This record gives sequence, C-alpha cells and structure tokens, in this order.
Amino acid sequence: MSAPAQQRIIFQHIDEPGYTNDIECYLRNGGYEVLKKSVGRKPEELIDEVKKSGLRGRGGAGFPCGVKWGLVDRKSGKPIYLIVNADESEPGTFKDRYIMHQDPHQLIEGTIISCFANNVKQAYIYIRGEMPEGARILEKAIAEARAKNFVGPNILGTGYSCEIYVHRGAGAYICGEETGLIESLEGKRANPRIKPPYFPAVLGLYQCPTIVNNVETLCQVKYICDVGGEAYAKIGTPGNTGTRIFCVSGHVQRPGYYEFPAGTITMGQLLNDVCGGPLPGRTFKAVIPGGSSAKVLKFGERYKGKRKVGADMVDYDWGVEDVPMDFDSLAMIGSMGGSGGVIVMDDTVNMVEALANINAFYSHESCGQCTPCREGSLWMKKISSRMVNGDARPQDGALLKSVADQIPGRTICAFGEACSWPTQSFTIKFKDEFDAYSEVKKTLPADRTVLV
Amino acid sequence: MIQPAKPDLVTVNIDGKEIAVPKGTNVIEAARLVNVDVPHYCYHPKLAVVGNCRMCLIEMGMPAVDPATKVPIMDPATGKQKINWIPRPQIGCGTNVSPGLHVKTTSPMVKDAREGVMEFLLINHPLDCPICDQAGECKLQEQATGYGRGYSRFIEQKNVKPKRTQLGPRVTLDDERCVLCSRCIRFSRDVAGQDVLGFVDRGSYSTLTCHPDKKLDHNYSLNTVDICPVGALTSTDFRFKMRVWFLKQTNSICTESSAGVNSVVWSREGVIYRITPRRNDEVNETWMPDSGRVLYKQVQSADRLKSGTALDALVAQAAAIFKTSAGAISVVGSGRSSVEEQFVTKKLAAALGAQAHLVKRVGEGDKLLISADRNPNTRGALVTGLISQLPCAELKQLSGEIDSGKVKTVVAINEDLLAAGLTAAQLAKVSVIYLGTHANATSAAAKVVIPTVTVFEKAGTFINQQFRIQKFIQAVPPLSGAHNDLTALATLSAAAGSPVASELGTLWPVIAAEVPALGTMLYKNIPETGLLLDSTPWAGLPFAEGETLHFKPAAPAAAVTA
Repeated sequence: MSAPAQQRIIFQHIDEPGYTNDIECYLRNGGYEVLKKSVGRKPEELIDEVKKSGLRGRGGAGFPCGVKWGLVDRKSGKPIYLIVNADESEPGTFKDRYIMHQDPHQLIEGTIISCFANNVKQAYIYIRGEMPEGARILEKAIAEARAKNFVGPNILGTGYSCEIYVHRGAGAYICGEETGLIESLEGKRANPRIKPPYFPAVLGLYQCPTIVNNVETLCQVKYICDVGGEAYAKIGTPGNTGTRIFCVSGHVQRPGYYEFPAGTITMGQLLNDVCGGPLPGRTFKAVIPGGSSAKVLKFGERYKGKRKVGADMVDYDWGVEDVPMDFDSLAMIGSMGGSGGVIVMDDTVNMVEALANINAFYSHESCGQCTPCREGSLWMKKISSRMVNGDARPQDGALLKSVADQIPGRTICAFGEACSWPTQSFTIKFKDEFDAYSEVKKTLPADRTVLV
Repeated sequence: MIQPAKPDLVTVNIDGKEIAVPKGTNVIEAARLVNVDVPHYCYHPKLAVVGNCRMCLIEMGMPAVDPATKVPIMDPATGKQKINWIPRPQIGCGTNVSPGLHVKTTSPMVKDAREGVMEFLLINHPLDCPICDQAGECKLQEQATGYGRGYSRFIEQKNVKPKRTQLGPRVTLDDERCVLCSRCIRFSRDVAGQDVLGFVDRGSYSTLTCHPDKKLDHNYSLNTVDICPVGALTSTDFRFKMRVWFLKQTNSICTESSAGVNSVVWSREGVIYRITPRRNDEVNETWMPDSGRVLYKQVQSADRLKSGTALDALVAQAAAIFKTSAGAISVVGSGRSSVEEQFVTKKLAAALGAQAHLVKRVGEGDKLLISADRNPNTRGALVTGLISQLPCAELKQLSGEIDSGKVKTVVAINEDLLAAGLTAAQLAKVSVIYLGTHANATSAAAKVVIPTVTVFEKAGTFINQQFRIQKFIQAVPPLSGAHNDLTALATLSAAAGSPVASELGTLWPVIAAEVPALGTMLYKNIPETGLLLDSTPWAGLPFAEGETLHFKPAAPAAAVTA
C-alpha cells in the first residue's frame, strides 16, 4: 500500500518558489482574509469552532487546544495574555522555524485571531534564543501588519486592539516548558513553577490568566477559523484531526518535513515511501518518533493489544512500520508523537553512543531547580560518557535504567520525563548492546576522539 | 491574657490516624501534629513554597464518591469509604489539607521516591562529614541515615564547587555542600527584603552567589545560616569553633530592642559560642537580627566590672551613703533590667523615698525585628510601677534636681549617666552608687561599684512591645567577682529598711500579689512562648515603636475636646 499524498495546509507555501515572507506576497495569496472574517464573528463562536475541530496542541503533549482555552480563568478581572511558544528546541524538531522564516504572517494572523477569540490584548512571541534571524523576520512582519492595521490599536476598524511583542529567549531548552517560559518572560531564571497552584490558565504571566500555544497550533487555528471546525474535524482520523507535520532526520534518503492528515500515514510509509527508505546497503535499526525525549522504537519488535476503532475494540499486532503516526497510537505502543520530530537510526549506529549524545544534551539543559532531574540527568550523562570513553562495566546498563527510573513522576516539570525516557527505553530495548559494551574498551584505538 | 481565635478545622487522615487541623494547613505541618516526620530541605514554615528538593514526596488520596450522585463509594474489603490514591507521589510542602484528605508517608512508593532523591542529593555532595562544620545538625546527614539506602552506586567524578566564599561580612559559603534548596534566596528576597542572592550556571553546576556588585550584608544575613539545611552557609564568627553536640542550649530573650526576639544561647563550660533564633510564631517567627546575636560577646569582654569585695561589704558602703543623703536620693533604673529586677528596684526606691527614673533609648526601627525602643523592658517598668510615664529624654527631671541640690545621691542601675544626658559637672555633684556589668564613665566616678551580671548569667522575664511577658533562662555561670542583680538589689533594699525576696521562686508570689497585671502568675508557669498581658491601663501612652513583624502600634485615640 503506497503512502497517502501530502496535504500541505500549514506548510502550503514553505519552499514554494517565488513565495516571499513579506506582507505583500502574503496578501496576494489571500492573507489576512481569515482575520477579516473572524473579527466579524463573536469570540465565543471562534472558540466553539476550535473545540469542534478537535485540534490537539502541536508542541508535544497533544493536549486539546479548545479544552485548554476553556480552562482559562475569565472571571478574575485580570488581563488575559497569550504567549506563542516559539522556543523550538527539541532535538529532531524543525517545523516552527520554517513557518517563522518563510511564512511569518501566517503565524501573526493565527495569533491575532486567537487573541480576538480569547479577549487578549497583549501577545508575546517567545522565540528561541538561537533564532535571531527568525526574530528579525517576525519583528519586520509585525511592523508590516501594524502598518496595514492588522495588529495594534483598532484592528481593521473594529474597535478591538491587540499588540504583539517578540521576545527572544536566552537559549535554554527549559524555556519550552510553559511555566519556565513564563518565568523567563518575566525576567527571571527559567525555573518551572510548581503546579498547583501555578497553572498558567489561572496564574500565568504576571500572575494573570495566560494561554500558551505552539506556533503550529496557532496556524492550525487560523485554518480552522477559515474552513470551520466541522470541516477541519474531517481531516485526519477521529481523535487525531487536522494535519500533522513530521520532521524526519537521520538515516533516510530524503530527510525533511512533510505534512500529512494526522493518523493516515504509518511509520513504514513515512520512512520508506516518502523518505526513500534506508541508505543504500543499510537497514533501519531504531526510530525516535516524537523528538529526542520520546521513547525509542526498535525495528523488529512487535506491539500487540486492543484499540478503539469507531465503536469497536479491535486487536492490533504491529511492527514499527505498521504504527499509525498519531498521538494515541504512538502512546499505545509506549512512546509518543510529541512535536513530530522523527529521528531515524540505521545499523551503523551504536545505541550506547547515541544515548550518550542524548544524555549529554539533557544534562546540559537541566535548569537545576529540582533534585531528581538536576542530579539524575548529570549522573546518566556521566555514566554514558564513561562508557563510551572506554570504561564501561557490564552492570552499567542496569545502573542507567535504575537511575532513570528514579526521575520521572518526581520532578517539578516534564523535563524529568524528557531526560529519563530515552535512557529507560534505550537500556531496555538494546540491553544486549549495553551489557556487551564493556568489551568495547579493549578495541578502542588510542587516538580515538573523546565522545561527549 | 488574650485568647487566640479558634481556627476553622478539617479532618484529615495521615498514615491511618485521623486528625483535625486548621483548613489550609500544609501537609508537612499536619503530619507533625501526629508525630509523623515528612523529611524536607527546601520547605520552611515561614517561607514561600517552591518544592524543589522533592524530598517531601508523599502518597495522597481522596475519598471516592460517585461523580453523578456524590454518594460515597465503599470498599467491600474494609467496609469504609474507598480512597482514590493518586498514582504519582505529590510534594507534601505544596499540598494544603482539604476535608477528607488521606496521606501515606511510609508506603512503598514513598519509600522508593525518598531513597531515590536521597541518592541523588548525595552523589555530588562531599562525604567528609567528620570534618564538616554542620555535623550534628545537618539535615542531609540525618535524612541520609533515616531515609537513604545506606550505600552509594556513584563511581563518577563528583562536581566540585567553590569553598570559603565570603558572601558578606558575617556569612561564609562552602558551596560544595549546597543542595540548591534556595531557602536563603527566598529569605533574603521575601523576609529581609534584599534580593541579593541567586544561582548562576545550570543543572548540577548551579552555584549560589551574590548578584553582581552586591553583598549579603543586611542585618538578617545570619538567618540564612540558620535555615541552611546543610553546611553550605556558615557563620564566619562560629565557623569551626565548636561541635554543636558539645553545646548546651538555653532559651533566652534578645535585649537589643523591645521586639523581644526569642533566642537560644549555645554554650559550653561557661563560654557562649553563638546565639540563634528560637521559634515564636507570635513574636519573631524563626528570625533574629544579626546585631542581636553578637551581644554574647559582652560576657567575656575586657571591660567587665568585677570586684574582690563581698556583696555585703559593698552594700554596707552604700547604706552609709543612704544614711547621709536621706531624702535626697534618686534611682535611675534600667529598661534593660528584668521585670523582677525592676520590681525590686521599685521597692528600693520606695524604701529610700527616692524618685525612680528610666533612661530613654529610642532609635530607628527596621520594620522587622528591631523596634524603635531599644530598651527591651520599658513595658516591664510600667507594669511593675517602677515608672508611671514613659521615660523623658536625657534624664531632664533628674538633671534639674541635681542642679538645684535636691538630689545628692544617685543609684544608677546599669546605665551610664553621662551617656544618658547628665553632664560631668552634674555627675561631680552627686554620690553615685553604680550597679552594672561593664566599666564606663559613671562607674569610674561612682563611690560604690557593685559589679552585676549580664542577661546570659541570670534568669528572669521581660515584657516586650506587645505586652507579652517572656522568660529567659540563665545560660552560663556568672562571672567571678560579679553579683546577681536581684540579689544585689534585694540586699540594698533590705539595708534601706525594706526586706524583699531575692530568689525567683519566692519573689514571684510577692510580684503576683502586688502587681495587678501579673496576678495569678508564677515564673515557672510562664510558657516558653510567653503570655500576652492586658495592656489596657497603658493604652494611652505614646510608645515610640512603629510597625514591625507581628506588631502594629495602637491606633491614635480620637481627639478629645476639653
């Protein structure tokens, strides 16, 4: 069975020849028409459309956007803020940057529509510190939009006003966590807040109700307000509506970003048919389906159980290639769809070394606030580093697993899961490699480059 | 006595024990009430909750009810209402009790969580406990023993952080021992009001430091040492001076001002090594100014007064002067004397037919725990009747009486009359009988000097700005050659013709009988956190103190049209 065709909605103009990121080009392609349509409707109607659409957040957790908006405390009397989470820093994920670089007005239009729907007067685009070019492009785009009355006071003569500010982060992965982001925006260290009581929907930016949405999510909102929630819900599969952008990297012949109706394409179709399969002479060994923090999948393993199809519970028996690329299916088999970053590894990869790389990243990015993540992530990194530099012991794989097990569920934010899931999954699924790695030191050449 | 308001109570279940606690009580505090210890580092009852150490993880549940009908769901096995336990551990410090809350502090999940956190805390921590200055009062040490696994699997290189960093004039940081609980940061920012501390770097390399161009030099900096659960923050003054298990702890009261900060004096073999705050939620919570901690140094200072003469002989000399100056004597009492001493001072003054004065000692309050009245016991002097008005500035009245020749002898109790406002010429006109602890201009000019003891060398009570009577206990033996104030005053009073008890146990019934506000009270019955007196008789007096922690000045009385 061949792969379904791409359905480029959010990425419609990405890499389109002749398409430029200025407002004139955007307007020629129907830009800001949805905004004009939307500000003529009641805000609660727009929220209702988003709820009907079943849109799930595209930043990683997949929480329904309409539900998230519904949780906002609208009775506090305080202003409501909207924050665009443009801190795209999950390894393997590179979709938001293309939206901001090549089609920034799509994001701005989506942001204004979302602000209008939620009675937000001030929005912040919190962009990752390492994306200065993206920040410049966004600033320019906002200035262009303001000049044409799409942003700022009295938008399109409706009496509604909304300001958008671009705020650059300082280069910490933890700023992608919503409360860490809020702390950073307030000028503090990006230490995530404890929940309860600091749920952003109630006590967010400056202790006011705050909505934090991903870049792609807000672009999807714009599309929903264009075609309507019901029509949007027909795209994709039940419970996983709309399109999904996959960023495929690693050992495939055609790495890149692809937009498909959610859940309509399987892993095998994506990697083999769309991305051209493994490199010549190689076979797939492992794939991380949702950014580096997702649990790794091992080619050759099988996943069995029951899943809901319509009104029925149906048996499934899948290999990696058979798994539909949607939030629920990936969660069922023990991983997650996350932000859509698909990292592919073939049989040239040593999994101990791959994990060492991942552990180095997460220990570097730990904010240091709470004990299990701060000490645990560094400990895992040190074990991994020692292993790959020639001093592995047979019991190190089990030790890594045990250390990783002591982290998730006990930390302030989800970084604990992010840093421990790779270790947990790698050491279980590739136990043989970890157990045998103690023999590697005997064969390492003296001039070997020190890894991590 | 004023009764506190009754709190709104809810019933919770901790490890199978039901207890009624005030609504909103923190789980750690609620557990304490049933003698259950929930270990923690970052939680402090007087600081904001941050929940970063993760040591206080507990298992939490709520009674199960049917979502539609709200009817309780029963557990067939036990016959009681079923409890829905949350699958993940929750931090105790971030959880306030609500009706029906169930807590497990010893379940397998909790044990596993604590062991994991404990292991993590130790991997980069120096394991040189025998030579660490925090030994004997280290939470990491105690909880590693109580909740850790007892072995380590860590074979990697430990992180090494700076040592002996001088954060301020009184605080030294050994950052290698820091567990990043941020108590010191929150205290400095939220209580002391000076946001000078912060972490730099990230992850396991996070390091505590002062913000650029700032120092931890505010007058509450040593509180960060008190609340540091490990040996990271140390008092430069106390650092490596003495093992804490050798030290005797004695409850005392700070005499720096009328705030009446509760304190603990740590001593060994008659030498005081440090003073720390003692918790009193109604007075100073758990805090104490740095300036109040150094007062112990006066005990051993070189200018202590001491005498080889027996007390009786000294009193006889004073009595001779009393005889020749009959009718022309004044007493300058001290706002730093205890209630008991002020009571006997009043007796002495009455026996001598002398007017009693008090030295005014008013400065700037700091809105926290140093009040504007730097006398710790002005209200004691009022309550005992030693004075009936607040002291006037510079002993104006006494000054006039000396100049007019009406006063020829002054009994000065631990007050330097020159510093208090008299001139050298005036001092030369009178015979001074001086009772005090340290040499000064007045003691040099005095005809009779009776060396007395400091607050650390005796016991008694003070009445603070709230009109709360608080007890202090003798911490160290009196200096050789110094006499107990109460004994000296009582002996003087007897010599003047008015015998009075000189021992607390026998004196207090007399005080209770004669002082209306202290009726029914006995020294041994005063609780450690003190007792609020009825301050109505003195409500109209213009006290100097402004607002400080747990104190608000009385609203000014409405203007009366005469």
